[in-house]
This record gives sequence, structure tokens and C-alpha cells, in this order.
Amino acid sequence: MSRLGVFVCHCGENIGRTVDCAAVAAAAARFPGVVHSVDYKYMCSDPGQSMIKKAIADLKLTGVVVAACSPRMHERTFRSAAAQAGLNPYLLEMANVREHCSWVHADRAAATAKAVELVRLMVEKTRRDRALRPVRVPVEPTAMVVGGGIAGIQAALDIAAGGKKVVLVESGPSIGGHMARLSETFPTLDCSQCILTPRMVEAASHPNIRLMTYAEVAAVEGFVGNFEVTVRRKARFVDPDKCTGCGDCWNRCPQKRIPSEFDAGLGARRAIYVPFPQAVPNKPVIDAERCTMLKQGKCGLCAKVCPRGAVDFKDRDRLEKVKVGAVVLATGFELWDHASYGEYGGGRLADVIDGFAFERLASASGPTGGAIKRPSDGAEPKTVVFIQCCGSRDEKKGLPYCSKICCMYTAKHAMLYRHKVHDGEATVFYMDIRATGKGYEEFVRRAIDNDGARYVRGRVSRVYRRQDGRLVVKGADTLAGRPVTVLADMVVLADAVRPRRGSERLAQLFGVGYDQHGFYSEAHPKLRPVETAAAGVFLAGACQAPKDIPDAVAQASAAAAKTLGLFSQPQLEREPVIARVNRNLCSHCRSCVHTCPYGAVKDFEVKDRAGSVLKVVAEVNEGLCQGCGTCVAVCRSHCIDLDGFTDEQIHAQIAALEAA
Amino acid sequence: MSQGPDADLADAVRDAAGVRVERCYQCGKCTAGCPMARHMDLAPNQIMRLAQTGDPGDREALLRSLAIWCCAGCLTCTQRCPRELDPAAVIDALRELSRREGKVSPRGRRILAFHEAFLASVEHTGRMSEVPLVGLYKLWSGDIFQDLAVAPAMLARGKLPLIPHVIKGRTEIRRIFEACRAKEKA
Repeated sequence: MSRLGVFVCHCGENIGRTVDCAAVAAAAARFPGVVHSVDYKYMCSDPGQSMIKKAIADLKLTGVVVAACSPRMHERTFRSAAAQAGLNPYLLEMANVREHCSWVHADRAAATAKAVELVRLMVEKTRRDRALRPVRVPVEPTAMVVGGGIAGIQAALDIAAGGKKVVLVESGPSIGGHMARLSETFPTLDCSQCILTPRMVEAASHPNIRLMTYAEVAAVEGFVGNFEVTVRRKARFVDPDKCTGCGDCWNRCPQKRIPSEFDAGLGARRAIYVPFPQAVPNKPVIDAERCTMLKQGKCGLCAKVCPRGAVDFKDRDRLEKVKVGAVVLATGFELWDHASYGEYGGGRLADVIDGFAFERLASASGPTGGAIKRPSDGAEPKTVVFIQCCGSRDEKKGLPYCSKICCMYTAKHAMLYRHKVHDGEATVFYMDIRATGKGYEEFVRRAIDNDGARYVRGRVSRVYRRQDGRLVVKGADTLAGRPVTVLADMVVLADAVRPRRGSERLAQLFGVGYDQHGFYSEAHPKLRPVETAAAGVFLAGACQAPKDIPDAVAQASAAAAKTLGLFSQPQLEREPVIARVNRNLCSHCRSCVHTCPYGAVKDFEVKDRAGSVLKVVAEVNEGLCQGCGTCVAVCRSHCIDLDGFTDEQIHAQIAALEAA
Repeated sequence: MSQGPDADLADAVRDAAGVRVERCYQCGKCTAGCPMARHMDLAPNQIMRLAQTGDPGDREALLRSLAIWCCAGCLTCTQRCPRELDPAAVIDALRELSRREGKVSPRGRRILAFHEAFLASVEHTGRMSEVPLVGLYKLWSGDIFQDLAVAPAMLARGKLPLIPHVIKGRTEIRRIFEACRAKEKA
């Protein structure tokens, strides 16, 4: 006989405002098997949980239904309370009367009636619950970090410092990411390379870190604690074990005019190249699209001059499988292409550049050696206009969000420009200044008060080139209430931050959610900011949302802490929602083997004592099964059932709904 | 369309122009691109702001402003608004209110006279006809001598036909005008 307790939560006003919780509790008291039914303001609070525990002990309850929020929110909370009171946690179920009821309905009477029905269904299910034991699976204590920018490097270093192995996968030839391209960093103006490159070297030389550069994730199998990731190691055409990075090859390569991605197209690289002199590893790759040897079979100069015979034109992409227990995604960002901003020249005006191009102009290691020269003719611009929110906060361009970092880097750009060109004029068009970090507001004030940047509050309507070559910037000063026209020698657009191309595909491989812009979704915006909906996959840096360096580093360390926490347990407990096959009924049609998305169903040979095979049936691997129920649905002989969601339970719920 | 003078201006603009002015976040891109902003006593972004406040004084200032009559209707503001609002339609709605409540700015009256002369020409001939347009404008604005010096040359080249051209569908055009007047009264 079931002895069930029903606990109805008001969730403060969240449920209580729309649902008459006392009436729901009173109705539930009359359901079959229910011996105790109460309502309370905050069931998840300590007194609320104590009520449940006390009732389980005093009334010897055999099952509990909590009518409250989504099980995603608090199922774990209530189940652990039940376990503390000695009840098997899987005998506690939640009826979602918040997201599925009070939040989506306005009519109090109808919402209350619906809440009663939701509780009735869950009572019917709970009456048929069986005690379950969590599945234990071993953990592979190696982490994979995807993305070798500052966030990925930080996460890798922190995990390695915790004594665990890390595989750092980077798609480019070198680690370092965007930070390696920056000149100086706000709000302290320390040189970006000076603080980054030692970390790059540390990551490369750390005994616990294995670098896989020029590599991409191709496929993912497995689950938390036991991922098997297939990495595509792109053909470098240079054997990194033989190469010493002497540079003879790239100095002799005749392809001299390839725009350098690292220098935002302002500098040139060769077909065999390292992206920048401080690259880690400092070993070149050959750009197969640009190499005449690979395209037409002519040249081969690099192979001839290499003293170590490291160049191998026959190199091909290779796939390598890596077993890891946790993954940190740190794939970062890229700038939105202002080519679709027709009113700012649509990318056709040479002297209208983006923030990265300005960083390279201002960088001591950049194509101009740190001198501010405009791209069209190399002249020093005497008037520079900086335009913030280029794409950001522009619903018409489909980017309603704030890119967060532009206010600060634009202030830095204006400052650096004034430091380098003393008689130059820097005008910044802004909508709002969002300087909310430590020392940030002071930094922006410094740009205005000490360095003479002219800040004008208003958006720019149009930028065009006059006959004499000067750029006309038509903006507004909304505080003065009038249009403003500035003649400029160069314009720097603070293009919006967006996730890296291909980030959606990677999210799909790992089962991680993403928003409409492609930013990865955290498991909870406040309380689980580095976890994802996929267990064992964590987030670091701008792949989740626009972030500056301090934020990206902080989140990377948080992701590392989560990874180390996961690795601190020798075994993981997993939800025992597992499919079971009734071997007596299985006809071995193999429909389940073919349809299981996780490859968890395999053939099993039933043998007699002598060892001869009696018959072959399907069997579910508990470690791989995710409890999705696909096999249950396709099974023709109805011989598969799902623990915790049996056919009997679901049919009873449907029957209860029909009877009502 | 029975908005009295006490009704909220933002609601009146929403009903007349289909624009929710409260969505404007004051970036100023409308002002930045406006070719007439220099001649306005209120910049386009200020027009949007004053339409948001709900303050009776702001409403009065808007309806009595010259700015709403300066708009040339080029729609650059509407084209570039990042919030996909339509400032030009807002200005149109304000003009209608201003005229109905008799608050047209003294300098705006000449511009209104031009609009009215244009509409009268369309109503009666079915098209824009130079002589009725110019004649009525001069009559209603009181500015008889403006641009008079070019008239002989234009006459000589046949640019000012003394008998206006008319179109076939004048009856239908007139019915449109009548329908609009009926709607305005309702």
C-alpha cells in the first residue's frame, strides 16, 4: 500500500499569486494513496525541507510528490532531502506547477484546477515508482580544452596545476588567440604580449599539458567522465619534431603578398609561415590554398632550403581519438564584419578599419612597428574618429546585445592614438559608456580629462569619402541636440563581438545549447554560469558572451575548478534512468541497436552452462545509456522499459487524465 | 482617431503612425543623418524624446515647433534607425495634430500652405499642376513676390501651362479625398 505525502510550494508569490496552493493541497489529500498533504511558502528552504523529512520519518511515507518548480531547478534538492530522511530518492517526484502552470496562466481558478490535475498525474506515477540505485561510472581524469586563447590557456594551466592531464586543442597554428594581437590592455595599459607570451610558453612546456595546434574537434562520443573525442589534426606539411623554427623556409618562400590574418590584413605573410614571431609552437605550417607546390607542383623551395628535411608535401589530415573525462569550451569570438554596414562604407573604404586593425597599427610588433599610419597611403592620420556600437545594439542588423568590451577598448585606442600622435584629434561617437569594471570608469575619464579625447554622444549616420579623399563622418551630438560633421583621415569602427564561425557545429557535437546569436548557453545564468546542459562540458571566455580579458580569465579558472572538482571523485554517480531489456521477450530484431543515438545497445549472447549460444538478444550498456527512450518506442515486442519512466507509469498517468 | 488634446501623445502617435515612440533609445542616428536638422528648432532625436515624456508642456512645444514642418520626408532617419522606428511617420502624425489643434508655428504656416496648395491641386486636377499650386501657395502664404522673377522665362519655355492638365480619374481622386475627410470627422 502506498503512503504518499504531497507538498505544495507557493514559491513566494511565483506560484501562490496564480494558484490557490491551499486548495491544491486539500484536493490532493483525497487522491488514492495520499496520507498527508500540505502547502508552504518556500518548500525548498530549510524549514520546508525539514517538513518533508519529518513527514517521511513520522508517517513512514513510501513516496513523496512535491508540487513546485521545474525538476531542473530543485529535483536534486528535494531528492537529497528524501534520502537524508531514509527514503530512496527516486521515490520522490516533482509536479511542475510553476513553469507549466502559474507562470503561463492568468486565470486563478483555471490555473488551480490545472495544478490539481498535474499533482494527480504525479501521484499516479509515484504510486508505481520503484526504488532505484544510481549508476556508478569511472572517470578518466584528463581534460580537453578547446581553444587556445587566453581563456583556454588559463583553464589548461589551472587544471594542470591541480595535477591533472590536459589536452589543449587549438585550430590555428599557434596558441595565444586574439590577446596576442592586442597592443596594450585596459585599464592598466600593460603590454599584451608581455603578460601573455610567458603563459603561452608555460602551457607548452608544462608536463601535464599536451598541445594539439592546427587541430579541430571532428566527433564526440561518450558522456561525462568518459568522452572519446576525435580530433582532426590538420596537415601542417612540416614535421614539428624535425623543425627547429629557424625560419629559413619562410624567409625564402616566394609567396610574399598574402594578407596576414594575424595583422588584420595590414601586413603580409608567406605561404609557409608562423602567424607571429612569438608563436607557440614556433613551427611553421604551409597554407595549402596558397602554396604553388601543393597547388601546381611547382616551387618546393622551402623543402630544398630546410636544413632538417622537415617539409613534407605528402602530409595529410589525420584523425586521432582522445579519451577525456571533462571538456572546457573556450572557442572565443570574432568581430562582426562591417561589410554589411553600407552607411559606414560597407568595408570598401580602406581607411575605415576595425578595432583589431587599430591594435596592430598601435602594436610595437605590428606591420608599422607601432606607428599610426593609415592603410590607404601610409600617412599619419591627424584626425581619427572612433565609432562605438558598430553592429552592437542594432536590432536592424540582428545584434540587439551590447558587446561589452568596446567602450573600454575604444577609450584605450583614443588614448594610445593621442600618446603617439600628439597633434592628432581623437573623436569618439558613443551612445552610452559602459565602464563597469574595476578601474574602468577612471580609465575612460583619463582618456577624456588627461588625453583630450573628444567624446560626442550620438550615433553616426553615415561615413563617406569626399573627392579630396577625406572621410566625412556625419554624426549627432544628442546632448546639444544638433547634427555634427567631422572630417577624418581615418575611422575606427568598434565592430560587434560575435561567436567564432563554426561554434554552432561544435556545440552540436558536444550537446551544448546556444542562443540565437551562437553564444553558448550556460546551465543557469546566475547559479551555474560555467556549466552547460551537457554534463562534464564547461565554458570559458567569450564563447559564452562578450567578455574582456579579466572576465575570460576568471571564468576559465572557474571552469578549471569545476573540472578538478569532477576529477576529485574516482567514480561518478549517474541518474539510473536506464533502459532494460526483457530477454525472454526480445526477438532480436535489432531495431533498438540501429536507432540508439548513443550506441548503447549491443547484441548479447545468452548461453547455457556448457557455453553454447542459446539465442542472441539486445542488451543496454548502463554507462552509455542516456535514458532517452528511443529504444522503448521502436521495440516491436514491447520488451524494453525505462527505469523511472515505465510504460505502466505513463499509461497510469494518461488514464488518470482521461478519468478526470 | 478621436484623440482630444488631453490624450497621451505617445498613444496618439501610435494610433496615427503605428510607431511606439517609447522604444526609442536616443542614439541620435536620425539627427546625424537628417539633411534638415540644422534648420530645426528641435532635432529629430529631441522630437522623439519629447513625444515620450507624457508632459503637457512637451506636447505643446512639439505641436508648436517649427521642426515638424521642416522635415523633407527623405526618410533617411527611418531607413537607418537601429530600433526600426519611423521618425518621419511620427513627424507626420505630429503635423496632423498640430494643424487640427491650430498650433502650427508661424514660420511653419508657409510650409503648411504649400502642402495644402499641393493637395488642392491634386484634388481638383488629379495631378500636381504648376499654376494652381504656385497660385494657391502665393495666395495662402501671402508671399506674392517670391521667385516671381523666374516666371517669364518659365512661361516662355512652356513650363507654366496656363490651362492645367487634368487626368481622367478625377472623380475617383475626389472620392479618396472625401473618404479621408469623413474619416477625420468620425
